[in-house]
Amino acid sequence: MTTLVAERIRLPFWLVVFGGVFLWVVAWLLNAPLADWVAFELLGLEAGTPAGDAVAFFLYDLPKVLLLLTGVVTVVAILRSFVSPDRVRRSLAGRGALPGTAAAAGFGVITPFCSCSAVPLFIGFVEAGVPLGVTFAFLVASPMVNEVALVLLWGLFGPGIALAYMAAGLAVAIGAGLVIGRLGLERWVEDYVWTVHATAGIAGIRPTPEERVRDAWHSTREIVRRVFPFVVLGIAIGALIHGFVPTDAVVAIGGTDNPLAVPVLVALGIPLYANAAATIPIVEVLLAKGLPIGSAIAFMMAVTALSIPEFVILRRVLKPRLLVVFAAVVAAGILVVGYGFNFLFA
Amino acid sequence: MRVIEVLGSGCQKCQLLEEHAREAVAIAGVEAEVRHVRDMAEIASRGILQTPGLAIDGRVVSAGRVPSAAVIAGWLAA
Repeated sequence: MTTLVAERIRLPFWLVVFGGVFLWVVAWLLNAPLADWVAFELLGLEAGTPAGDAVAFFLYDLPKVLLLLTGVVTVVAILRSFVSPDRVRRSLAGRGALPGTAAAAGFGVITPFCSCSAVPLFIGFVEAGVPLGVTFAFLVASPMVNEVALVLLWGLFGPGIALAYMAAGLAVAIGAGLVIGRLGLERWVEDYVWTVHATAGIAGIRPTPEERVRDAWHSTREIVRRVFPFVVLGIAIGALIHGFVPTDAVVAIGGTDNPLAVPVLVALGIPLYANAAATIPIVEVLLAKGLPIGSAIAFMMAVTALSIPEFVILRRVLKPRLLVVFAAVVAAGILVVGYGFNFLFA
Repeated sequence: MRVIEVLGSGCQKCQLLEEHAREAVAIAGVEAEVRHVRDMAEIASRGILQTPGLAIDGRVVSAGRVPSAAVIAGWLAA
């Protein structure tokens, strides 16, 4: 093992990158024929039967989603190593309400977010003169709309739902930012926040290209390892639905529309603090049971955007009242999205 | 005596960075104290937006990343 690692480090960096990309493309091209071969030749299942289709679907979809996830997350991680939050903050400080809020929500999509960074990020934004509403737009969009959620939605449900989720997430973030900005709630930010004055920023030793790729690869491995069980579960459920649940049944159950479904799902989503991946299997079942798309998206958003651990962390910079307003505004936005999509796609 | 500060909330990456910092001290063979700053106001006032941050002798050299021990040792030697 140690010799293997030592040898790998000695390989030229660009050769490793090139080899990785090459392997990825080969795996991508071989995936479909290989899945069919394993299901129908090796396992001897018959195409067109429920079991055959379910197994072929699982064997095709699992590598597909994992490849997509690995590829996209790595590329995004490399790109985002060029976007420093410091630069984002400077470009947000001097804008009007609407352009600033919209830009903040957009930046929230591309910048990494870990709730452990929420507090320094919040103080840093406010300290640099970024308006409160603009800061909140960023805080809402960042955990909710990200490349992992988009890749999984795209891979499992198709581009329509992925893009709908992204558009809706941006709309909620911008709406919440505009409302909070308009309310003028600066007095409900913890007082010490306004007294922080940052000294000279980061001396900025720029990472080398090799470090950027290495960092990106490390974070990709970490993300894939974390979401892997949920992806397997989601695809297994999807395969069962694909193979065994007749469409008639779905349509029949889907006929029963409950007007309270959206708020109930949003309320259920709050204590379920998880990454977007963990909600995918649940969303899949909900959709298959005939739940409208708006309700499913609202549930996913509630899980990612309204999380109790994040509130606990933000409590360090927000007085309780502002925390409540924040949660209420975001929840209201999610409800609007849920009902809106149900209405549009009824 | 050099001072290395790990600025972080105690998250996983912050712990890892502290380990790397200690390894770096050993690699570089310098006299250095490794501190872990957890106060959020202090971290923010140092200009760090993304944890974990790393400062050497009061100067912030990285934020939001976990540089390897070898890289940190290089900074210590510079």
